[in-house]
Amino acid sequence: MVAMPDIKIKTKKLNIWFGKTQALRDLSLDVYANEILGIIGPANSGKTSYLRQLNRLNELEADFRVSGEVILGSENIQKLKLEILRKTVGMIFALPQVLPVSIYDNVSYGLRMHGMRNKNIIDGIVEESLSASFLWSEVKDRLKEPAVKLSGGQQQRLCISRTLALKPEVILFDEPCSGLDPVSTAKVEESMLKLKENYTIILVTNNTKQAARVSDRTAFFLMGELIEIDKTQRIFTAPNDKRTEEYILGKFG
Amino acid sequence: MKTTTKQKIAFSVLFLCTIIVVLPVVFVLGVIIRNGWKAISWQFLTTMPVNGMRAGGIYPAIIGTLYLVSLSVIFSLPIGVAAAVYLNEYAKDNLLTRLIRLAIVNLAGVSSVVYGLFGLALFVNFMKFGVSILSGGLTLGIMNLPVIITASREALASVPYSFREVSLSLGLSRWQTIRHSVLPFAIPGILTGAILSLARAVGETAPILFTVAAFYLPNLPKSIFDQAMALPYHLYIISTQIPGISSEIRYGTAFVLVGMAFTMNIFAVIIRSRLRNKKKW
Repeated sequence: MVAMPDIKIKTKKLNIWFGKTQALRDLSLDVYANEILGIIGPANSGKTSYLRQLNRLNELEADFRVSGEVILGSENIQKLKLEILRKTVGMIFALPQVLPVSIYDNVSYGLRMHGMRNKNIIDGIVEESLSASFLWSEVKDRLKEPAVKLSGGQQQRLCISRTLALKPEVILFDEPCSGLDPVSTAKVEESMLKLKENYTIILVTNNTKQAARVSDRTAFFLMGELIEIDKTQRIFTAPNDKRTEEYILGKFG
Repeated sequence: MKTTTKQKIAFSVLFLCTIIVVLPVVFVLGVIIRNGWKAISWQFLTTMPVNGMRAGGIYPAIIGTLYLVSLSVIFSLPIGVAAAVYLNEYAKDNLLTRLIRLAIVNLAGVSSVVYGLFGLALFVNFMKFGVSILSGGLTLGIMNLPVIITASREALASVPYSFREVSLSLGLSRWQTIRHSVLPFAIPGILTGAILSLARAVGETAPILFTVAAFYLPNLPKSIFDQAMALPYHLYIISTQIPGISSEIRYGTAFVLVGMAFTMNIFAVIIRSRLRNKKKW
């Protein structure tokens, strides 16, 4: 008997609709604590809809409907206060979304807005967060410079720092390297591998090789359904479902 | 015909049209400056008119206009920006908001004399502010509202959606997001719209005709409940109602009026470019 890993997020029969289109069908899925769960699948497979459900960003869409349950730790996310949920479950977007303010203000933005006033504590958290995304040494002498001056890869790592500053438990990556060159991609992946020691990570990616490189387990979504989920090595060497194999081999998608 | 020849003709036509656009402006400014600049002196700007307004300065008209535009912007800027924020950030896209939007667009097209009558009915008579700076300022303010709302909404809409998404994803409330991640980046556009509407308010005659403007007052207004003289109305009076006024005074008054609007437009451009440089994305 292998000990069961801690379950961080339990998803039960999740259905999501945008207007008449169903984006996700009867999804049941467990995410373990301190793992990197890769989610792969072609466009419109529902992977981003799932990710955006975990911190309820889907609710920004006017015609969005949902059924089913997502349990974070022991709490139903629908019952959590949005502020708490989104602090606990951070999000990194596909393109680096830095705000047009300084590097320092970007990282400290969430903290300040959540009422932190003590400058020493903020300074400490800024350094800590920038170090955790391997950016500190590159920017420590120019924290007051506009963040938009950083390169694309640096900007994405700045976004990771900004999320880390709120001390989340789960970090969602929504195709975080789709606009980055290979060197920057490698750095972002390196920080993800480091971060999973303390955080639970879900990585949605269009790049199957990226899922193979960094994720512990990989889930394959197709047309809003979970086709299969297993250890990454198994998914990429001996998947159960023919469609998974075809997608990984590049036969469609 | 050869492609390059066609291209040359097309560019020439486009260039000609551009020149035609600029010509009237240059011509109007030229006439006013040529005929009016001699009248401009410190004395002209800072003394009361004398001798049945045939001589002396235009000081009370300048002061009146400054009062009016300040009051109108104090009234219309906060309300206009708030309405724009509501419409752009909060309002759901339903029949009611669509009607409101349509109403605002149409308000911008209502002729200014109608605003004047409306101001007379609402502020002067119904609310009993009388013929006063308050009534005139509020009337000008209402006339400016659609311009300010439209400019502010455009400014808000030009702030990338991702700023809101990032801010919300960090757990901030809708209001915090608007206050700290949207409004600061929309301010250049909002200010530009506000100043341009001010420049328009400076020159409007019809809305102040029934609500505030006085033919002639021997004293400056003491409070916002007094009547006042105003530049555009003063210009109308000295051009049509009083015989025997030198054209120098008339053109001089026009010069000051155009100069005020022009200065405001320049300010708008400067403020915009300065804030733009500071808040770039």
